[in-house]
Formats: sequence, structure tokens, C-alpha cells
Amino acid sequence: MTALIFLIPAALFLGLLGLVAFLWSLNSGQYEDLDSAPYRILFDDENEDPGKTPDKS
Amino acid sequence: MAHAWPQSSVTPPAADAQTDPDTSPPGTAFNASAFVQQTEDGTSALDLVIENLHFPACVQKIERGLNACDAVLKARVNLRTHRLRVLWDVKRMRADAIIQLLSRLGYRAKPFDPRLESASGPAPERALLRAIGVTGFSAANVMLISVSVWAGLVEDMGPATRDFFHWLSALIVLPAIAYAGRPFFSSAGRALAARSLNMDVPISLAVIAAAGMSLWETITGGAYVYFDAAVMLLFFLLIGRYLDMRVRSKARAAAHNLLALGTTSATLMDETGRHQLIPVENLTRGMTLFIAAGEHFPADGVIMSGVSEVDASMMTGESLPQAVKKGAEVFAGTVNVSAPVSLRVTVAGEHTVLSQIVRLMDAAEQTRAKYARLADRAARIYAPAVHVLAALTFLGWLVIAHASWQAALINAIAVLIITCPCALGLAVPAVQVVAVGRLLKKGVLAKAPDALERLATIDAVVFDKTGTLTRGAPTLINAATIGKEDLALAASLAGASRHPLSQALRRAAGSAIPPVPDVTEHPGQGLVALIEGQEIRLGNRAWCAVEEHTTAQMTAASELWLRAPGRAPVRFAFRDQIRPDAARVVRFFRARGFFVGILSGDREEVVSPLAQSIGIEHWRSNMRPGDKIAALQKLKAAGRRVLMVGDGMNDAPALAAADVSLSPSTASDIAQARADFIFQGERLMPVVELYRVAQQARRLILQNFGFALSYNLLAVPLAMAGLITPIIAALAMSASSLLVTTNALRLHVMKSGEAP
Repeated sequence: MTALIFLIPAALFLGLLGLVAFLWSLNSGQYEDLDSAPYRILFDDENEDPGKTPDKS
Repeated sequence: MAHAWPQSSVTPPAADAQTDPDTSPPGTAFNASAFVQQTEDGTSALDLVIENLHFPACVQKIERGLNACDAVLKARVNLRTHRLRVLWDVKRMRADAIIQLLSRLGYRAKPFDPRLESASGPAPERALLRAIGVTGFSAANVMLISVSVWAGLVEDMGPATRDFFHWLSALIVLPAIAYAGRPFFSSAGRALAARSLNMDVPISLAVIAAAGMSLWETITGGAYVYFDAAVMLLFFLLIGRYLDMRVRSKARAAAHNLLALGTTSATLMDETGRHQLIPVENLTRGMTLFIAAGEHFPADGVIMSGVSEVDASMMTGESLPQAVKKGAEVFAGTVNVSAPVSLRVTVAGEHTVLSQIVRLMDAAEQTRAKYARLADRAARIYAPAVHVLAALTFLGWLVIAHASWQAALINAIAVLIITCPCALGLAVPAVQVVAVGRLLKKGVLAKAPDALERLATIDAVVFDKTGTLTRGAPTLINAATIGKEDLALAASLAGASRHPLSQALRRAAGSAIPPVPDVTEHPGQGLVALIEGQEIRLGNRAWCAVEEHTTAQMTAASELWLRAPGRAPVRFAFRDQIRPDAARVVRFFRARGFFVGILSGDREEVVSPLAQSIGIEHWRSNMRPGDKIAALQKLKAAGRRVLMVGDGMNDAPALAAADVSLSPSTASDIAQARADFIFQGERLMPVVELYRVAQQARRLILQNFGFALSYNLLAVPLAMAGLITPIIAALAMSASSLLVTTNALRLHVMKSGEAP
């Protein structure tokens, strides 16, 4: 039973980690446009203009 | 609509207010500077609505085109809302230049004020997602503990360990419920304050009662807690609510886009020729306005300078543009087709023909019977039933079984938990999300999700003629009698013109015709170009100096002439053609015993043959907007539920008066703003597809209600008998939710079928 002392906090911590990751992705606007997301991966990268900062989001 | 106008734009900065009418391309006289926002780090941001954004590839094209500019820091397209956000350095590039760049890329963009939406915009959507995340986390972790407790009930878990686990569950669940239950609690509170019941009342009661009872059990060291059921209930219901909101917010975004794209501003021209953007509401009699080609006239008035053509099809149903020159009278809402003109306002605001139509429309809207949504009707029966059952259980155990009041209360709460309308809360939104997604793939945009329900019960369909049964754009009808070279030559000249007949000619010739350089357009007359030293003319009869003896060929159709030296003039005839599948659509609805009719503003000689050719018996011509409403009211008084399909401004009041309304995407802004659905493309078949999806959706929703009912018939007696344990409650909850969601997904694979 002593294993519970480690296991329960470990489970809760991992769950919280997931929750924090979800809230972060939510706040960074990743759920604003789910329609174009599947296509963006197909767009070619733009490297022609090295002086420009690439799209960070 | 005064609220649509951002306050700051009434006095735009002078530096940006100047535009030169000779150099600014048509349609971009719009001044965007008033919509620019400053961000904290010194860059400027502009939100734009892109009108013709349909494909994912457009996203890349727009973003690349803009990011190639040095002044642009970031351009990001939102495909869901059809909007673009640009961050750039305003010192190096004017706001209007962005719109001009987009128009060079082939996209029509209008600035958009995000404050319009921020009041009720994406914030609640995010809050819901956050609540879903919290309840999801809480439900997953409490399950971890609950499963071991359930196992412990059969095995030999000591009461101390069980109590510890119960306390742990309470710790995880209670904060989550307090946080994520707020949307339900506040809605239930509002309903109770108004002395009525909605679905949120039994939901809130069940969640609070389950949590409270479980806490009591935990404190007193009881065996059963329902923490997991309570939080899972919230989790599923929040998902249903989120789906519902997504459909709604998409519809709302579409409505706001239409508002932004519509004529909400006018370009004022003062004595020195300077242009200034002012809201339509501020127009007064005597002002001089600049109207670029392709723009709507914002007020009734008289043309002061310029020669152009006016497309009044939205107002009158007349499908071909009419030539106007100095002194001609034009009406608000019609479109300036070929060249920029200046306009002196004679009637503005309340008294324009357009605002009379708007007033009619608002009046029609009010007489529209308020439709009670299926879910609301179900809730009206369900909510009292649940409360009565729970009360009966409590009394029954107390009075008949002589149980202690605690035991009676526990059983009553079990009834509340088990009857909680998971299926109802999830069933309707899930079906609607799937239905709306499927319609979108077919080119139909659903603006009002509950319109699907209304659509499923219609038994009358009324069409407008021009632009609805017909394409609304002229088509070349004598291509067979014209030589290929002549057609190619004419099309290469026409490439320089935005005139509807030129565009029709280009469409008829195919896309591979290279345009001729140095074409001069004489608005209202025609085009002229020098090719290998020869003057080639394309235009009306007088422009091409065609002799009168050819009048035998004159028909109702409109025409263009091509004249090259030393050759006989060639005549191109155009007519607005019926959509190719109109007759099939009519047959589909007539085969189901529907009333099918036409209400047209056009002349009898045009409407009658068309009605006969596609098999419609009931048709009326020369209908004014008020007449159309009256005709619809008569149908409704006869007990019919009417679907109105129309595109013109003159249809807008009828669209508002009908039970359900549908517009093609070529329709006037005001019709689109009023329609429940908008369909794209040449074909009329989406009307049938839409009707089928609506019926299937309704069937699925009713099935889901059936599932919910039979599940309750099974579970409620168990609960009343006091046989529901936490494990059964949790299982029943998730099983019923999964069942209705899976059933909704069936709409994806259902066959659409073909019309007879």
C-alpha cells in the first residue's frame, strides 16, 4: 500500500501535465482555425527570403 | 446598422484619406486606415474579410504574396472564418496597399472591425474548451481511483483505504465541478429567476445533488460515492455545448463577414476632388459620391459625370445591365458595372428604395412564427418529468417503504443522476455538426443550424426567377453559328473588360485565349483595339456601325457585335439561361406532393414560358416585394410550411417571411444576410441535397431521443428501486453518450441519393 504514496501523486502529476499542455495550446490560439491546419503541413517552406523571420506560430 | 460602424472611421486621418481616382484600381477606393489597430510593439494590425476564399491553396497564395513584402511582418489566414490578419509596419506601407495587393492576387478583401465580434466572440468558445479540459482531466483521474474502489467492493479493500480514496476523489472533482459547471448553473439560475424550467435545471440539480450527496457519504464514511458520474456528466454535456457553439459561431462569423462586405460605407468627393470614406448612415441629400466599378450605389441619386452601366437585377429581376450617363437616375443597392462615376445624392437613408425593402423585411421577420426547437420541446416535457419522478421516489421510499429520509434522498438523487439528459444535450449538437459539415462539402453554408429542423418539415417551395431558377448571368446562345476565329478574336478583346457580356464571351470561348494588349474601353458602347494595324471593335450595334437592315435578327436577347475591317459584322446573342437541373429539382419536390411556385418581379412574357418549361403550374409575375410577402402569407395561412429560394434584394423580405430561406452565393448581400442557407455553384441540386440532409438529420435526432427514452425506461425503474450503484451510473452515462454520438456520425456515411 505504501506504493500509493508515490503512484497517486505521479498519476495526478502526469494528468496535470496534460492539462497544462492543453491549456497552453488553447491560449496560443491553436484551436482558432482547425480547418486550415490539416493543409498547412502540405505547404512548402519559404526559404527564399533568409532576411525575414519565419512564421513563428 | 449603426453598430456595425467603428467610431474612429468617421474622421479618417487626412494623409490616408487621399486617393487618386485615376490610379487606384477599381473596387479598391475603400479606405482601410480607419480599421488599422496599433499593437503594443509598434506594429500595425489589420483584419480583413476575404470574399472569395474557398480552397486551402488560397491560404498559401495569400500568405506568401503578403509575406513577400518587406513591410509585412506576418500574415495569417483563418480558413474557418475566411479572415486574414496582417501585422505590418505602417510607416513603410499604407493599409490600402494591402488590399490592392490582395486584389492583384485575385482576392476581394474588405477591412473588418474585430470589435464587432469581441463582445460575444471567441472568448466563450475558449472558456468552454478550458472547462472541457478541466473536466476531462478530472474525469480521467477520478476514474483511476473509482475503478480501484469498485474492485475493492468485491475484493477486500479496507474501509480506511476506501475513505481515503473517496476524499481524494472529492479533492479532484469538487473544484472541477465548481469551475466547469458555471455555464449550467448560471443558465439554470436565470431560468428559475424567470420562473421557468430549462434543461439546465435538472442538469444543475443532478450535478450539485450528486456532488453534495457524495461529499456527505464521504464525510460519514459511506460505501457509495457518485463523484465520477457527476464530473463525467459535465464532461459530456460540455462537449455537446461546445459542438453547438462551434456551429453557431461559424454561422455568426459568416453573417458578420456579409455585413463587412456589404455596403456600409461610401466614398465622399469634395470640391477639390479629395476622397473621404464616410458611413452610409451619414449620407445626406446633395452630397457627391465617387462610385468605383463593381461597387454598389449607397443611395438613390443622379449621375453627375462618367458613363457606365447599372446592374439592377438585385432590385428588379431584370438580368441585363442598363447604360447610364450624366443625368440618369440610379437606385441604392444596384451595382455600378463598368466604369467609375460620380453621383449626386437625391435620396438617402430612410427613404431610399433599399431602406423601404429593409423595413418590409423587418416587419416580415416579426410575423414569422417563432419556431420551437426539437430539443427545447423535448426539454419542456423532460425537465418536469424528471423532477416529478425524483420527488415520487423520495416520497415513495419515505412513506411506503418507511425508509430513513437519508436513504430516500439517496435514491431520489440516483434518479436525478441517471435521468440526466446526456443524450439530449449531446444528440442534437452532434447531429447538427455532422450535418453542417456534410453540407459544407456540398457547397451549402448553413447560417442558422436550427433551420435544418425547420427545413425538414416543409411542404411548399417557392422560387424567385432571375438568379435563382436562372443563372443570373448572361450566356452566349448562338455559339453554333459563329466561326471559331471570330469567337477567339472577340474573347481576346473581351478579356480587358469587366462587363457581364464580355465575361460571358470569355466563358464561352474557354480559358486559353490570350488577352490583347492596348484595348480601350468606352463605357456603355464597347471596346476597340488595334491588331496588326487594323481597328477591331466589339460592342453594341451603334458602336460597330451595324446597318439597320439586320433588325430582323433583333430578339429579346441582348447582343454584342464584332467588327473587323473588310469583314461582315458578327453578332453574339446572349440570354440568361435556366440552371441545367432546375426541371429535375422541380420534379423532385412535385413527386413528394409539394406546392412548387414561382414569384418573380419580371414580366409575364418571360416568366410564363420558363414556368412551363420546367413544369411549374403556380407562377406569378410583376411581383413587388410586398406582393411576395402577401403571397407567402397566403400559403402559410393555408397551413403550408414554405421554403423560399431567392437571391435579389426584392426577395429579401420574402426570405424573411418564409419558414426557411435559401440563397445562391451570387445573391445580393442583403438576401444572403437574411437567408438561412447559402449554396454555391451553377446547379440548383443543392436545394434537394439540403432537403435530404435536413430530413436525415431530423430522423437521427428523433432516433437519439428514442434511445434516450428507452434507456430511461430501463434505468429509471432501477434507480427508483434503489438498485443503482456508482458503477452502473458511470457505465450508463458513458454508454448512452457514446451511443447517440455514434448514431450522429452515421450521417457521414448515409447515401445522399439522386433525384428522380
